[in-house]
Amino acid sequence: MTEFAQQLINGLSLGAIYALIALGYTMVYGVLRFINFAHSDVFMVGAFAGFYIGRGMPKESFATGFLALAGAMAVCALLGVTIERLAYRPLRNRSKLTVLITAIGVSLLLENLGQFIFGAAPKAFPTLFPVHTFKLAGLVIGSNQLVVLVVALALLGALQYIVLRTKIGTAMRAVSFNPQAASLVGINNDHIISFTFALGSALAAAGGILYSLNYQAIDPLMGVLPGLKAFVAAVLGGIGNIPGAALGGLLLGVVETFVNGSRFSTFTDAIAFAILIAILLFRPAGLLGKMQVEKV
Amino acid sequence: MIPRSQIVLVSALAVAGLLAVLQPRLDDYFALIISNIGINVILAVSLNLINGYTGQFSLGHAGFMAVGAYSAAAITMFGAPKFAPALTQGAGVHVLFPLALVGGGLAAALAGVLVGAPSLRLKGDYLAIVTLGFGEIIRVIFRNVDSVGGALGLNGIPAYTNLFWVYAFAALTVYVVGSLVNSTYGRGFLAVHDDEIAAEAMGINTTRYKITAFVVGAFFAGVAGGLYGHSILTIAPTGFDFMRSIEIVVMVILGGMGNTTGVIIAAVLLTLLPEVLRMVSGVRVELPFAAPFNNLKWIADTRMIIYSLLVIVLMLARPQGLFNWTNRGATKPKI
Repeated sequence: MTEFAQQLINGLSLGAIYALIALGYTMVYGVLRFINFAHSDVFMVGAFAGFYIGRGMPKESFATGFLALAGAMAVCALLGVTIERLAYRPLRNRSKLTVLITAIGVSLLLENLGQFIFGAAPKAFPTLFPVHTFKLAGLVIGSNQLVVLVVALALLGALQYIVLRTKIGTAMRAVSFNPQAASLVGINNDHIISFTFALGSALAAAGGILYSLNYQAIDPLMGVLPGLKAFVAAVLGGIGNIPGAALGGLLLGVVETFVNGSRFSTFTDAIAFAILIAILLFRPAGLLGKMQVEKV
Repeated sequence: MIPRSQIVLVSALAVAGLLAVLQPRLDDYFALIISNIGINVILAVSLNLINGYTGQFSLGHAGFMAVGAYSAAAITMFGAPKFAPALTQGAGVHVLFPLALVGGGLAAALAGVLVGAPSLRLKGDYLAIVTLGFGEIIRVIFRNVDSVGGALGLNGIPAYTNLFWVYAFAALTVYVVGSLVNSTYGRGFLAVHDDEIAAEAMGINTTRYKITAFVVGAFFAGVAGGLYGHSILTIAPTGFDFMRSIEIVVMVILGGMGNTTGVIIAAVLLTLLPEVLRMVSGVRVELPFAAPFNNLKWIADTRMIIYSLLVIVLMLARPQGLFNWTNRGATKPKI
């Protein structure tokens, strides 16, 4: 029973990170109807931004940690907007395949630039937050796990507030519902899309830092696998659906942690893809998504 | 009157024969590069059937290649010595090897059916991710099967690959894909590519075309995998990762999707490029204005950055590909 609870906590803290990344995929899909392959590399850039900011700080404290978090989120928001402006906006009316290939190109570019600038060898991530291990009724909970859960929950809450309660959030939902009708009522689609990229990329940066706090090593290709898994989480919850992405992320994190603790641990990396194939075959709209009929 | 494609096939086979005669006179290094060019041509032309002509974006070609490489190696290393020992010696090898390659191809084709099946319901981005995931699953499975070496890979594969087999199968790939696409039946692939709904409304069985594209493409990727394994003699799951698939995709994009000639040119150039850069990187030139760049090593270091920039710029400026002079593959905006 204790072991079950322990695995559940580990799984939830991994899942919270997947959820943060998955939100970026799902929001961009919501407004542009395409998968931003470069998102996983924005996650990587976020981790490196946190690395360089954190290394410049005197010593770890909550102030340092949150400063690095905020700094990395700002850097990535800017990066996301730039990518959208330079690579995706000129392709707004082109075929989906062209945009997809461009996104793969941007992803490769970030990875290779990362290897060129940061070096391909893994780097040790600084301990941004004070570390303490809590022992409670046989459970071992690291302070970093708590930081991950608290930060992720706070960001999810903030996102929910922005999307549901603010003017720009309403505009986002309008664009995702029907871009033409949104521009008819005076919404500037380009601004909303830029804002969506900024928001999604900032969340990815937060995910990158939280991930690195737990895994302690970062390298320019670190985004590939978590990125793909977060995408699976987005599809699992129903792509384009914000609560769905959070649910999918948490579910995937828990399932993966349990598989990793079982005797099938060497198959952990395949689990996400098996889930993806199953969900696409049996419920393509995802757990919380609505089935859409293609109109001719 | 003999059809043009058959003339091409016969002359390509003649070239394969000529290369086989020349091989003993070639430097090993050059023979290996020429062999890699042929293998990449097979991979790129077969992927072009799926991604280019049929418009189904697959990112799992390295996965099919892995299935072919492992199956072919299993046939020559474990199957043949047990069931037909005569074939492993002397001239028997010339019978065994093509059989093993075809066996590898068939195993990959079977995998192609498995991947093709979900593709019936998925389009574009989703299909790309599923094929990518499929490629990763294959790698994880091979990593966990100890009888084929697990994570360490399979060592001691017999060196059966020579330039004749590489180019004979390259010629066959180009011939089969070309004949398939240019036949009356093959117009269906282009119809699925151009507009799936319209094609369906015209009575084209889009399901069958998509599966056919995957099966034929996977078959030749499997053959290429077999040739690759018997050429480098040791295969490991890491050799068939996502980046390998991307390399093949870049060849198809650069050459122009749905343009076999362009894709062949791109496959040749992109195989040669790293080798040329490797040679150039040792050279020193005196550039008065850029002292840090005097050593040309930086070109080799930034090769992958240039690749990825090329893909982006190509999509922005010339989405039909660099070597595509017809306009097929240039995608029109949909309303």
